Amino acid sequence: MNQFQYVRPTKNKAAIDTVTKDPNATFIAGGTNLLDLMKRGVVMPEKLVDINKLPLRKIEKESGAVRIGALALNGVVAEDKLVLEKHPLLAQALDAGASAQLRNMATVGGNMMQRTRCPYFYDTALPCNKREPGTGCSAIEGYNRMHAIFGFSDKCIATHPSDMGVALAALDATVLVSGPKGDRKIPFVDFHRLPGDTPQIETNLQKGELIVAVDVPENNFAKHAHYLKVRDRASYAFALVSVAAALDIENNTIKDARLAMGGVAHKPWRLTEAEKALVGKPVSEHTFRQAAEVAMRGARAFEHNQYKLKLAPNSIVQALKTAAGLA
Amino acid sequence: MKDYFFQDTIGKPMDRVDGRVKVTGAAKYSAEIELPNMAHGVLVGSTIAKGRIKNIDTKAAERAPGVLAVLHYQNAPKVPGYVQAAHPTEPKPIGQPHRVFYDDKVYFNDQPIALVLADTLERAHYAAKLVKASYEEEKHTTNFAKNTDKAILPTAAKRNPRHGLNDYVRGKEDAYKNEPLKIESEYVIPSEMHNPMELQAIVAHWEADDKLTVYDKTQAVIGTQNAFAREWKIPVENVKVIATYVGGAFGNGLHTWPHETAAIIGAKKLGRPVKLMLTREQMFTMVGYRPHAWQKVGMSATPDGKITAITHEAIGQTSSYEEFTESTLQQTRMMYTSPNVTTRYRILPLDISTPIWMRGPGEATGAFALESALDEMAHVLKIDPLEFRLKNYTERDPEKNLPWSTKFLKEAMLMGAEKIGWSNRPMQPGTLRDGEWQVGYGMGVGTFGAHRGRATVKATLYPDGKVVMQCATTDIGPGTGTAMVQIAADNLGVAPEQITFELGSSLFPPSPSQGGSATVASVGSAVRAASIALKQKLASMATGNADSGFRGAKFEDLTFQNGQVSLNNSPGTKLTYSDILKQQGLPELEVTEESKPGEERQKYSLYSYSVHFAEVKVHPLTGQARVTKMVSCADAGKIVNMKTAGNQMIGGAVGGIGMALTEGAVMDVRFGRYVTKDFAEYHVPVHADTPPVDVIFVDKPDFISTPMGTKGIGEIATIGVAPAIANAIFNATGKRVRELPITPDKLI
Ligand SMILES: Cc1cc2nc3c(=O)[nH]c(=O)nc-3n(C[C@H](O)[C@H](O)[C@H](O)COP(=O)(O)OP(=O)(O)OC[C@H]3O[C@@H](n4cnc5c(N)ncnc54)[C@H](O)[C@@H]3O)c2cc1C
Ligand code: SF4
Repeated sequence: MNQFQYVRPTKNKAAIDTVTKDPNATFIAGGTNLLDLMKRGVVMPEKLVDINKLPLRKIEKESGAVRIGALALNGVVAEDKLVLEKHPLLAQALDAGASAQLRNMATVGGNMMQRTRCPYFYDTALPCNKREPGTGCSAIEGYNRMHAIFGFSDKCIATHPSDMGVALAALDATVLVSGPKGDRKIPFVDFHRLPGDTPQIETNLQKGELIVAVDVPENNFAKHAHYLKVRDRASYAFALVSVAAALDIENNTIKDARLAMGGVAHKPWRLTEAEKALVGKPVSEHTFRQAAEVAMRGARAFEHNQYKLKLAPNSIVQALKTAAGLA
Repeated sequence: MKDYFFQDTIGKPMDRVDGRVKVTGAAKYSAEIELPNMAHGVLVGSTIAKGRIKNIDTKAAERAPGVLAVLHYQNAPKVPGYVQAAHPTEPKPIGQPHRVFYDDKVYFNDQPIALVLADTLERAHYAAKLVKASYEEEKHTTNFAKNTDKAILPTAAKRNPRHGLNDYVRGKEDAYKNEPLKIESEYVIPSEMHNPMELQAIVAHWEADDKLTVYDKTQAVIGTQNAFAREWKIPVENVKVIATYVGGAFGNGLHTWPHETAAIIGAKKLGRPVKLMLTREQMFTMVGYRPHAWQKVGMSATPDGKITAITHEAIGQTSSYEEFTESTLQQTRMMYTSPNVTTRYRILPLDISTPIWMRGPGEATGAFALESALDEMAHVLKIDPLEFRLKNYTERDPEKNLPWSTKFLKEAMLMGAEKIGWSNRPMQPGTLRDGEWQVGYGMGVGTFGAHRGRATVKATLYPDGKVVMQCATTDIGPGTGTAMVQIAADNLGVAPEQITFELGSSLFPPSPSQGGSATVASVGSAVRAASIALKQKLASMATGNADSGFRGAKFEDLTFQNGQVSLNNSPGTKLTYSDILKQQGLPELEVTEESKPGEERQKYSLYSYSVHFAEVKVHPLTGQARVTKMVSCADAGKIVNMKTAGNQMIGGAVGGIGMALTEGAVMDVRFGRYVTKDFAEYHVPVHADTPPVDVIFVDKPDFISTPMGTKGIGEIATIGVAPAIANAIFNATGKRVRELPITPDKLI
């Protein structure tokens, strides 16, 4: 780990100012991702701005949405009454992530900002365009079992590892940001970027911008929502594929639907076309299978992640069945 | 003969004698040892798999705060005992451990190439990141699958035609090939890492120029002592090895590794003690692992289920500088009646670090193939796999042509089958369901030699009635200290609370290394011998005393119990051990006894046996497999402590679940570098992967094995678990997965 300075401001503005002015400063929240990356020498910030003293932990109702502070802990959000009542999908996704110990440290803002788990990104001895732009992508012809089947580029095929993000993408969440130029809102689905030619830039957050909260709008999905995570062991592993499925069902007909996948792209992967394929259809495995086929359009696999071409649609069907009460 | 065995403490589920100090943190492990003026060492690993170091730039590291020295092949103190030769495989037929900082050559990726020494651990870590090396790279060979044609017969076998690693033929070679009813399948297991909770660590301290003390994580106190004495060309008695507590090892403490010598080199250079602990990442390369292996089994049988022939071939990987071998094919040669058996074992040297025995070692690898093949054959024959095994059960060792010492495997199989509910197993795979989940049952048998070595124990009795016993064995977690106290208590007639068993120091009398499930057999027998010797001394003092009432009594006339000796036919005539010592004016009574196996090992064939049953559920859409029930039964002779032995079985089953479903280190063969090297990516089973494991012991003594009737447990707890699960998955789904681990992608 490199040597660094450490400050712990109590005002948002002070935190934002410090990171804006110092090119080598960065925010630290739970530290569960950042510290690992520092220990491996993947990132080497020279100043850590600890934001844990900022007043960003509240979970409250705010103009038709549930507003979750950026410093709310993953474990706390997963057990919050309001969240469980209004957005059980989000609670399920958070619960599926990491371990109890990590969830008790990890924050909502940090979770969104966590980096990929691509092994080459973590190993400073090997080429990686995301860590060191221009060195090449080791995964494309290497061990790419965990990698993307959608939206990748010839520069990077990594996936975003967040579970929470998959639920937020499905639930039309909005990220509230405060920065040197003032406050702004970013729709969650536009928060992360595809790798393109700049895999090192993962989000649309600007230097110095601080995530202050995320808004999850009111919806009718609480009764029929399911987060399915398929992984290499029963708990405490990143998703091979995950699915956030939410349905609004009336008289056995799907009135509205939300669908997103994790473990398949550089960002939480919202499946709007598949959603359209569900709306107006009867609740049935057949309907779900058709939607899964739509969802998989354009998918392409590499040597070791071929299985995702089958596991992903299977998981969509299974998640929808469970959400609808058929499983 | 008085059968002390079935009374008193032995077999009782006594709590661990070190349980309290371990859970309260009072127990100090190697990395927790603090010595005055101690420095910290961190190793820098190579980033290529093969070649030469062109240049090591240490300037930035040396300038970093707190750095005391940066050592590498150009400036490290020479290890006098390193064999001088161009290539390390030259001087000895089976090679030698990697010589750290010996020259500019790189033999495997992440080979230690420099040691950074600093005043704190953090500063050493920081400076280690600043060391930069450049290399002259050579083409490396790390792709196992593409190089199996380069596998060789181990040198030990080439040299000695009678060596057990040679090809074996009973009856006709490869006889299955000409049979009508046969199967032929290939099986692959990946490299698996021991990954004990405690990282490998050492504190090295030169107390004088030629006197070395190490606090070292090891399973071999004496072996380590000898290795360092050889390396540094100093008398054995000048090397002190301390390993009082070991936080799990599973085999990777059975060898000395480069980091240990590196720490000793560092301590030599600085003239101060050096502590060196590997990182989790380095646990994948700087200590051993279970070698990646390919196997092929051909088997034939008669329609009514008699095996007619088995051929079992195996290739295990090893390093370019050391030939690591293990007995992967043992079980195939002795477990079933087959008149025709062929085995062929090969090793494949690659540009990787040396593997080492990992729990259940080669036998667990071999059992995966053999016991899977048995299931495949049973399926072809449409015979229940349990019945198939019973039909081919042997009452005599067909390999050595000797009687078994004892064998209660059949009993174990029947008890286990009953417990798991084997009768629920459908004959037709893929037909049993629980809601959406497919349900299946499978079994696998394991065996491991009931080994026993030579061990010595010193026992001292004090006038207050307390007893201290000492031996240089370790306790890597099985509860060795606890078992020894129980054996001593029963054999000495002293309450367990009065007995202390001290271990983990080379100052104590010698013991074999703690491997091969032989510690209770070896050290326990010596504890028993020392206990008897103490009683004999007490007896002669009591009977030699004119006015003791014992005059003229023989040893057989005496009962030793509750810390006192009494006359069998006159229980009122008694003396406490303390009284005897006090009467004699002795401050202590001391004996040292050695115990070793005898010629029984030429007359009998000695093995421990296990059989594992698994119930699994597999989700047909997502391919997730869950072990929902597990029953492990062992025929391991008399059980000394039901609780610690039960722990062993459960731990072994969990290891087997990992082997079957989750564990495997992935190497990117373009670089020869592991790409799954932390606990987020290398998946050991978590609680959610492990159902409660039902453990059953046959618990019948084998007095040919040891005077206590014990046989080993540690290895058989894992051997046979992986095939039981793989077979259950086949029964649930109809899918036969022959490459471990069985992850969801293989089941959809
Ligand atoms: C072993 C392991 C297993 C895991 N398994 C899973 C899993 O299964 N599923 C899953 O979803 N996650 C998993 N995680 C990841 C975990 O969820 C993240 O590490 C965690 O959410 C990060 O939150 P944090 O508060 O600790 O972030 P930090 O580590 O403190 O920060 C991460 C990044 O976010 C930035 N940041 C933090 N807060 C803000 C803010 N308010 N505004 C702007 N930038 C900010 C920091 O600058 C930093 O770049 C796992 C992690 C580990 C170590
Ligand atoms: S996939 Fe992305 S993160 Fe992984 S090696 Fe390629 S560029 Fe790096």
